[in-house]
Amino acid sequence: MRAISVHGLRKSYGGLAAVRGVDFEIEEGEVFGLLGPNGAGKTTTVEILEGYRERDAGEVTVLGHDPQRPGPEFRQRIGVVLQQSDLWPNLTVQEVHRAFAGYYARPRDVDEVIELVGLGEKRGARVKSLSGGQKRRLDLGVALVGDPDLVFLDEPTTGFDPAARRAAWEMIRSLRSLGKTVLLTTHYLDEAEQLADRVAVMREGRIVRVGTPRELTSAEVEVEIRYRRDGEEVLLRTADATRVLHELTSEALARGGELERLEVRRPTLEEVYLALVQDEEVEA
Amino acid sequence: MRMFLHQLRTEQLLYWRSRESAVFTFIFPLLLFVLLGSVYSGRIYGVPASEALLAALLAYGCTMVAFAGLAITLVIRREQSLLKRLRATPLPPPTYVLALLASTLVVFAIQTVALFLLGRAVFGTPFPSRVGSIVLVVVFGIACFAALGIGLSGLVRSAEGSSAVVNLIVLPMAFLTGAFGPTQHYPQVLRAIGDVLPLKYLVDLTNAVYLHHHSFWSRPEAIGVLAAWGVAGLVLATLKFRWEPTAS
Repeated sequence: MRAISVHGLRKSYGGLAAVRGVDFEIEEGEVFGLLGPNGAGKTTTVEILEGYRERDAGEVTVLGHDPQRPGPEFRQRIGVVLQQSDLWPNLTVQEVHRAFAGYYARPRDVDEVIELVGLGEKRGARVKSLSGGQKRRLDLGVALVGDPDLVFLDEPTTGFDPAARRAAWEMIRSLRSLGKTVLLTTHYLDEAEQLADRVAVMREGRIVRVGTPRELTSAEVEVEIRYRRDGEEVLLRTADATRVLHELTSEALARGGELERLEVRRPTLEEVYLALVQDEEVEA
Repeated sequence: MRMFLHQLRTEQLLYWRSRESAVFTFIFPLLLFVLLGSVYSGRIYGVPASEALLAALLAYGCTMVAFAGLAITLVIRREQSLLKRLRATPLPPPTYVLALLASTLVVFAIQTVALFLLGRAVFGTPFPSRVGSIVLVVVFGIACFAALGIGLSGLVRSAEGSSAVVNLIVLPMAFLTGAFGPTQHYPQVLRAIGDVLPLKYLVDLTNAVYLHHHSFWSRPEAIGVLAAWGVAGLVLATLKFRWEPTAS
């Protein structure tokens, strides 16, 4: 079963095209990452799926609903963590969870959710006394309290210190073991690599690559070949490394020479990502 | 209905838990009543000063709870993305707004009772003779000023500015419309300004019902002007109310 399918999605604000034709599908139980720099259109895409924005064009189905005209069940089945939101500062962690649990027909046990997101010791603490990372866990707890099938996480760890990020990652991994479908946006490559089953890289309102983190680095990626010739470094990038290497080595052998400091290297995911999101900016 | 009651309970918890709003909108009118009541003496409008002040501050309290309180609360919740977050839950927006209004009404009803009890205890003022009409004044006043408060929240862009903007409106309005004491010795210009403001007509109604023992319906012109302001607030709210924070 598909949890989300998006075809030909477009959205402009004024004259500015934020999303320019996006297609992707997310299976039930999958953790899907939308990865891209700020302004790539990730949040706009997610907010259309959550039902906050109307699209200009395209087909969108989320849990069988059109989020623009959702049935009453739709909001029972989604959990949302916004990029930024402050829940009621004067209530306690438990009171906030209770308040949200009351909006759902079949909520989870409030104390169980509080334990799940690691706020057990902060149960009776006021929201305003929580640290930034703890507030983010509260956001997640509140998103889970209605026992949703699908959870949207918009940049869940932006602004975190490394320890808080690790903790958040652990929690997001635990969503997978609960069988939830997760749509995660992030501009951190390592986050997408760590958490997502599949990643779509977005740039300037389009998806430029979709695949598992491994596929992103293996499919049609240019391999770098470096060597020195007459003291000068030569750098070749090719998708056809076997043939190019064969030519280089045959030629070197033929003249009885050596390919000095020969090095063949597959770029890291980070380099692939940077190449994907940057190359057109340089041209522009 | 279950969700309405749940949200009403949550709103009550939120109101009384937030010391700033509870002190500012609930305690402040009661405090002013005791302070001004100790300063003014003799008779105003032909009745003891403390009774006249009670009627005026009842109207002022309504402005504080419904107009000032609601406007500031909504701006802060909107700018914190709390309203946006609630929109993603199954809580229907009309239920949310109705629960917020009901909660405001509960607060003002408690404030009204507290004013009468306080007046009785401190200044010996009588309880209202026309309880039904007082209830009507309370509900009608809340409806009009809540509409204006929701409308105003759409015009204020930042949470930081909300309490300044609201005070800039409420304090001069209270001063000009007789909520802090009679205005008959004010210059003509100030009285003319006061004459178009909604609080003036709520003070008229509380005076008529509490001081002169008339029925709520005895002042149709005051009801008309207040209703017109309420409709204006409703139109403004419809046009300007936003669920999402102001784009930076």
